[in-house]
Parts: sequence; structure tokens; C-alpha cells
Amino acid sequence: MSQDWDTGRGSMGEYDRFRVVNRSRRRVDALKLALGKGTYTDDIAHTIDGLLHLKVLWSPHAHARIVSIDTSEAERVPGVVLILHHGNVPRVPYTTAGQGHPEPSPYDAYVFPRKVRYVGDRVACVAAESELAAARAVAKIKVEYEVLEPVFDPRRALEPGAPLVHDEEEATGICGYDKSRNLVCEMKVEHGDVDDAFARADVVLEREYEVPYQAQCPLEPHCALTWFDEDRRLVVRVATQVPFHSRRILARILGLPLHRIRVIKPRIGGGFGSKQEILLEDLPALVTLRTGRPARLFYTRQEELRSARTRHPQLLRWKTGANRDGTLVAQELEVLANTGAYGAHALTVQSCTAGKTLPLYVAEAYRFLMKTVYTNLPIAGAFRGYGGPQGFFAMECHMDEVASLLGMDPAEFRSKNLIGPGSENPLAKALGEGKEGPPQRIRSCEIQQCIARGKEAIGWERRGTFPQRGPLRRGIGMAALMHGSGIPGVDMASASIKLNDDGSFNLLVGATDIGTGSDTILSQIAAEALGVPLEKIVIYSSDTDITPFDKGAYASSTTYISGMSVKKACDKVVEQLKDAAWEMWQHAGDPCERSSLRHEDEHVRRPDGKALSYAEICLSTFYEHDQHQIMDHASHMSFECPPPFAAHFAEVEVDTETGGVKLLKYVAAVDCGVPIHPENCEGQNEGGAMTMMGYALSEDFVFDGGGALLNDTFRHYKQFTSLDMPPFETILCLSYEPSGPFGAKSVSEIPTDGPGPAIANAIADALGIRFRKLPITPEDIRRAWRERTEPAASAS
Amino acid sequence: MNVELTLNGEAVSWESEPHEFLTELLRRHGLIGTKRGCESGDCGACAVLLDGEEVPSCLVLAAQAHGHEVTTIEGLGSWERPHPIQEAFVDGTAVQCGYCTPGMVIAAKAYLDRKGGGPLSEREARELLAGHVCRCTGYVKPIAAVLRAAEALGDPRSAGEEERA
Repeated sequence: MSQDWDTGRGSMGEYDRFRVVNRSRRRVDALKLALGKGTYTDDIAHTIDGLLHLKVLWSPHAHARIVSIDTSEAERVPGVVLILHHGNVPRVPYTTAGQGHPEPSPYDAYVFPRKVRYVGDRVACVAAESELAAARAVAKIKVEYEVLEPVFDPRRALEPGAPLVHDEEEATGICGYDKSRNLVCEMKVEHGDVDDAFARADVVLEREYEVPYQAQCPLEPHCALTWFDEDRRLVVRVATQVPFHSRRILARILGLPLHRIRVIKPRIGGGFGSKQEILLEDLPALVTLRTGRPARLFYTRQEELRSARTRHPQLLRWKTGANRDGTLVAQELEVLANTGAYGAHALTVQSCTAGKTLPLYVAEAYRFLMKTVYTNLPIAGAFRGYGGPQGFFAMECHMDEVASLLGMDPAEFRSKNLIGPGSENPLAKALGEGKEGPPQRIRSCEIQQCIARGKEAIGWERRGTFPQRGPLRRGIGMAALMHGSGIPGVDMASASIKLNDDGSFNLLVGATDIGTGSDTILSQIAAEALGVPLEKIVIYSSDTDITPFDKGAYASSTTYISGMSVKKACDKVVEQLKDAAWEMWQHAGDPCERSSLRHEDEHVRRPDGKALSYAEICLSTFYEHDQHQIMDHASHMSFECPPPFAAHFAEVEVDTETGGVKLLKYVAAVDCGVPIHPENCEGQNEGGAMTMMGYALSEDFVFDGGGALLNDTFRHYKQFTSLDMPPFETILCLSYEPSGPFGAKSVSEIPTDGPGPAIANAIADALGIRFRKLPITPEDIRRAWRERTEPAASAS
Repeated sequence: MNVELTLNGEAVSWESEPHEFLTELLRRHGLIGTKRGCESGDCGACAVLLDGEEVPSCLVLAAQAHGHEVTTIEGLGSWERPHPIQEAFVDGTAVQCGYCTPGMVIAAKAYLDRKGGGPLSEREARELLAGHVCRCTGYVKPIAAVLRAAEALGDPRSAGEEERA
């Protein structure tokens, strides 16, 4: 490691100087929300006159060609105004993935397909004077289908002669999209001489793992309102994480000049990736364009579960070569992923499955093989974690298995092989965002501290000491994790800021607070940089007419990328404030050295004690001398992607008679750099982990034989509730990331990577049985336990 | 048909259709703090108090509220004087996206009113939030907020709860 590589440790002293960041202030939006006054997308619907309500007719078949659509009866339903379907809407191939331009996802979707590809695919849409009239009309649309053989198993999808999910001419693809097979994309990445490294390793272990579908479940369903403003521009108010991508993609599919569209992101009720999708706003937009009237679409929970987006199910094969002293030699990962009926995020999620996991442990050689296929099942897409949770489940279970093979303590085995400050990421170049990525080298890294403190908090030394008798068995498991902070070389964000005459500032950001707290975080960064209290920052976020561009709320990029754009803009405004103060003193015949000026506590100060408040400076520059508006803007893009690191620990009690798993305690130690808002970082950690406790133990999609989702309500799709959530401890392991705003890295996605493997490892510790498929259900546990304890009974 | 009810302490008389649910009736009249999350009684985002009892308003027909008292989140506190439960959620960083928050606050209000003082156990806090789906917080901070609110309400020094409610 070279001496001049800044790993941030020298900057730790800056903590003591922070006034606003690294403090848990009241969130800027919390009181409004607690009072019930937060205005989400649909919360203005009652104020819009002449609003048309939309309902969608969804495909009842997993795979069928639409032969004819007869809307004559539906049109006669009182209140029906317009019915849209493939016969009257232009066929423009696009991707619903709300990614940067050009999207690294195939253009395989249409507003209305001629061939439906899963139960829940769009067939038609009715606009009517009421929701009820629209629903009645949907029931009266007659569709003749030519039902085709579906394909549900991703392995079968690759076989010759399998039904073809996408066989149209118009679709264009990326990365080997091949219309003669169901292959969406494929990757082969190698670093070092993999075969030689495996041949030299003392031990080689190879195992297969499987992870299921998972639904994001934002509590606010997808919804959108559209209308024409008085200049006949299309206004789209939508529950989205990506307003700027929504505008760009809408312009394409509507055939409308981009400047005729304004996308407004109001308050958002959670997204978790599902709103990184241009999922539904095209339909009300089309209705407004055709009728001139405002239009509204609000998904039901059933529609949300069936027809929104999900986490990609994967089959993973992990192979590790290691030496007897516990040194890792080679790692190989092969992934077969199921993207469902359309390929949104198919390439990039799967590339992250390797990109977030493999580099965590140093080895001589790595190999990653990936195929993603279409099937006639629900569509996968972006979901908090973005490929990480799948990969970490396999890798971190596998590391326990390798440690066990070597007779080593799993924590010690990990510690021996982890990357650290100054390490190069050998796979960063090969695993970029659909193209070659910039090289990455680690600066801040406190993963060893995360492991040490996590072990202490969970009582790691008790592992292996629990009684091996009776129906209740205890175990402790862990997982080591890393993620990213933005997409290096791709993600860009911007902010603008202006001074008001009371010394307050308007901060305009393209960044999209979807519940993450980014309005607060970015305000804190601005307040810290400007030397003002949080209350003096008035933030407005993401409206394509008013705020500057931001890539959107995804890829753990907001604090790190958007935050830096805010800091840069504020630093420039500070210089303007100093210039103006210097000029005021000069003008008053009381000159000073420009370079001697400091800014703090809402003042520009001179060494002799004289000071001008920001309010005085603003009043002077507005009305008296050298008149101008103090304001500036800045953009930020980073070629670096500093990973946050974490270590998760779970203690479980397994009831071998019922198969039930009780989580007794969960510890998540995380290095997210300087936490801008420590309690908010805890909240991200707690929520992200809880979502994935469901992934580990209870969440799954259950289909009938025809590919229809059976558990399409919250009653039957089992998320963790307040009763299931175990006692939880977050440990913030401080580091200082030199490339981040005030030392910060990301925190939102990394907690999703841990619960799958930490809980599976704890169950393995408790029972001595390894489960390699999620979710680990009571049925699975009972079956495995009986096979172990009553071999004769299970054989009969 | 006409639905007459006492809404947040005031008598109202509103037109409604027989098939309309209370959620929609309230939202049509601008009471947007009552949220639509599942429309099947599974998520708790639409919770209101009906004669002081917590109900999912998506499963209550508007007509069933006729002649009853309905309290929504808007009736609990104001910008100037937030309810102690609302204060506890705000101060405890228990609000993330905020879509579930009004329902959770209503649930806490119903439970604490019924209990009528005395210390609240962590188990009780978990149970009173059990019908409220939240995908953001992991419930850790909402549970802590409910406990803190119970403490504040049980403390005679935190006066004013009577007139607020």
C-alpha cells in the first residue's frame, strides 16, 4: 500500500468540528408526516376537477397471443371515456428500467404488447369518470387469446425447443440478447489463472444455492396523476424514484418533445427499487394527451404484487479453493437468473451479484459466469440491494462451509481474507454498469472493527456452547458484507443554492427523497458547509421544471453523489459571501485581507472580531451596493465508488418439533463513513435488515400451475411485522471517506445483504444442517430434521 | 344517501354512495392523512378511531360511520401543538417515508386511551403496532416512540393531553 493513498484515517479529527452533520437532528419532514399532512401523489386527486380514473385489464394467461380485442360492450358502460390497447397505441419498444441513458437493459417492452408474457401483463386500459365505471368496463372487454405453452423454469428456458418468450423483430437488446433463445444477457469475467489456482489449492468446495422472488412492498402503491397545465404542457405527478429518467423515457414512448413534459415527484411512500421503473405513468399520460383531461391511475395491492417489480430469483453455484492455513486462493461464481417476462435491470442486477460480493475477499483468481433468462413469470427489476442479497446469501453461507471444512472459526477465517484500506478491487473494471467500469481502490474500511464489535455484541464466544439436546436448539451465525456508493463514472447529481434576505438559503436538488431522509441529509450537508443552523435551509427536491438534474434515488448514491454536489455548491456560495463582505468593508472605508476571512455561525468574520451576518450581506447585495443575487450551483460525478462495509450477526432458536425459527437477537455493525444523521443511519440499517429477515424466513411467491401468483395480498405474502422483529442492535463503526461529503459513504442498501446468510448460518450452527435455499421455512426444517433424526421414517 | 358523523369533534353531513368506504369518504373531503395501502384491512395505513376504537377505514362502509364519532390523524394534533405520540415519533426518528405513520399514531392513541395510563411494556408496544405494515423502519424506532409517548402521557407534568384530545 503506498503511503500517499488517503484512507481517511488522518481526517478523523474533523468529527469534533461538525455542528450539523454527524448529529441526529429532527428530520425536516417528520412533523408534517406525523401530523398526516404529507402530500403524496394521490393526495391532491380530490382537488382536481374532471379527473378520469383508469383501470387496467391484466392478462389471465402466462403466455398467449392476443387474437382480437372487442371493446364495444365496455364502451357502452356509462362513464367510459377512452379504452386503450395495442390496436390504438403506437408500438414503441422501450425498457421500463429507469436507468441512465442509454439504459443497459433490453428494449423489449411496449405500452401494450401483442403477446402477453405473464399473468398480470397489460392488455388494455379503460379511462372513465369513476374508478367503479372503469372497473366495470374492464370486466366487459372481450379478448380472444391464442394460448401458448409457457416456460416457468429458468433451466428449461435455456433448453432447445423451449417456448420463446420474446420473438418479435422490433425488440433491441444489449449484451447478447438473442431472439432464438430466452437468454437476455450473459457474462464471463475472469481475473488471474483460475484453473491453475484451483489446481494448486489444498481444498476445493463447490455448492449450489437458490434464492426466491421477493416483492418490494412500498406501503404507497404505484400511482400517477397527469394533466395539462395552462400552456398545454403535460404535467406528470408520479410516485417515482427517477423523475428525470421518467421524463426522458416518457418523451420516447409518447412521441412528445421532452420540453413539453414536466415530472413532479411529491412526497413518496417508499420505493425500495420498485419505483425505479417507468411502470404506469405512460397510461394516464396517454389518456390526458388523447382527451385533454386530467387522469389518475392507482394500483391496488394485488396489482402491486402481481404486476409491479420483484427481486430476481437466482440459482447460484459457488466454488472456492483455499489452503489449509485458511488463505483463499480462488473463487468462482456461476449465476442463472430469472428476469421473468421482461428484462428490466437484467444485466446490471446480475453483474452486481458478483461485483458487490467477490471482491470482499482477496484471492489470486476469480471467475464469474452469468446467464439471465426470460420466463413467463412476474418481472424482476431493481430492489434495494440490487443483486447483492442473492450473491451474499450464497457467498456468506459458502464461507461458513469452507471455514468448517478447514476447521476454522468462521469469523477468523473471514478476517484473514478480507480486503482492507488500500486494496485494489480486481473486478471493478470488468463489472461496470453495462460497460467497462473505472478501477477501484479502497480508502476507508473498518470491516475488521465491524466484525470485532459485532462479535462482542452478539456474544460470539457462546457459539458452540449451546446444549445439543431437547427440542429447542440455539445457534449464532454471521456474515461479512460490502456494497457501493453510486455507480462510478455514470451517476451524476446537481444542486443549486441561493441566499435570501434573512440569511436563509433555498436549496434545490434533483435528488429524490422517497422516505430515505435525503431531504434532511442534504440540508444538513448544506447547513454544515455554509455554517448555518439546519432551519435556515429550505429544501425543494426533484421537479424536472425547477430543480437541476439528478440520476435518481438508487444505487446508494444520494448521500455520496448528491451530497457532494450540495457541498460543492455551498462551498462556492461561501466564497461569494466572503467576496461580498470584503467588498462591503472596502466600500465602507474599512478594508481587510480577503484571505483572512472565515465563515461561521451565519457570519463572515475578520480576525479583528468584526463580522457581517449573511442577512446583512444579502440585504446589501439586494438593495444597496454591488447589487447581485448570491447563488451558485454544482454537479458531481465520481469515478470512485467507496464501499460501505458491515458485519451482521444473528442468534436463533429453532424449534425442531415445529420447524419454527425464533430470532433472539440481531446485530448489524456498519461502516458507512461519517454518518450524516446517525439515527437515520440506524433506521436505514434496521429497515433494510428487517426486509431481508422476511427474505430469509417467510417471503416467497407461490404460483399456481398456470403461473398466476397465489399469495397476492399482504395477508398471504408474509413480511416481518413488529411482532417478528427481534431485539436489534446497530453499531456505527466510524470511518472517514475522503472522497465523500464530510467523510460519508452510503448506508441504505448494505443492510439488505446480511440477514439471508447470517440467519442461515445461525440455523446451521443450531441444527448442524445447512439450508442452501431461501426462504428457510418450518416445513424445510421439519423435513430436514426428520431425515437426520429418523432416517428410517423418511425413507419409507 | 347522507352520512352524518362527528368528525374530529365537528358535526358533518356528507353525500355518499352505499358502496363507498370510509377511507374514500374521508379522502374525498381532503382528510388525506388516512392512507390507502391495501384496501383489504391488512396494512393499517387507513386506521381511524371509530368511537375511540381503532378500525381499518378501508373495511368500514361510509354508511356504518353514520351517527358515530370518527377521529382521524388530523384530529390528533396540530403544527402548534402536536400530540405527544406525534412528538415521540418525530423526536425518535421513527418516521421514514411516513406513509404508515398516521396509522401507527392512531393505533397508539387507541391503545393508550383504552389502557388509561400506567406503564407500557415493550410487548404491548409491539402488539399494538402488529397490524401496521412498515417496510422502512424495521419497527425499532416506532416501538421506542410508542414507549416514550406512553411515558410522556403517563407523566402528570406533560399536561394538556385532555384538551388536545
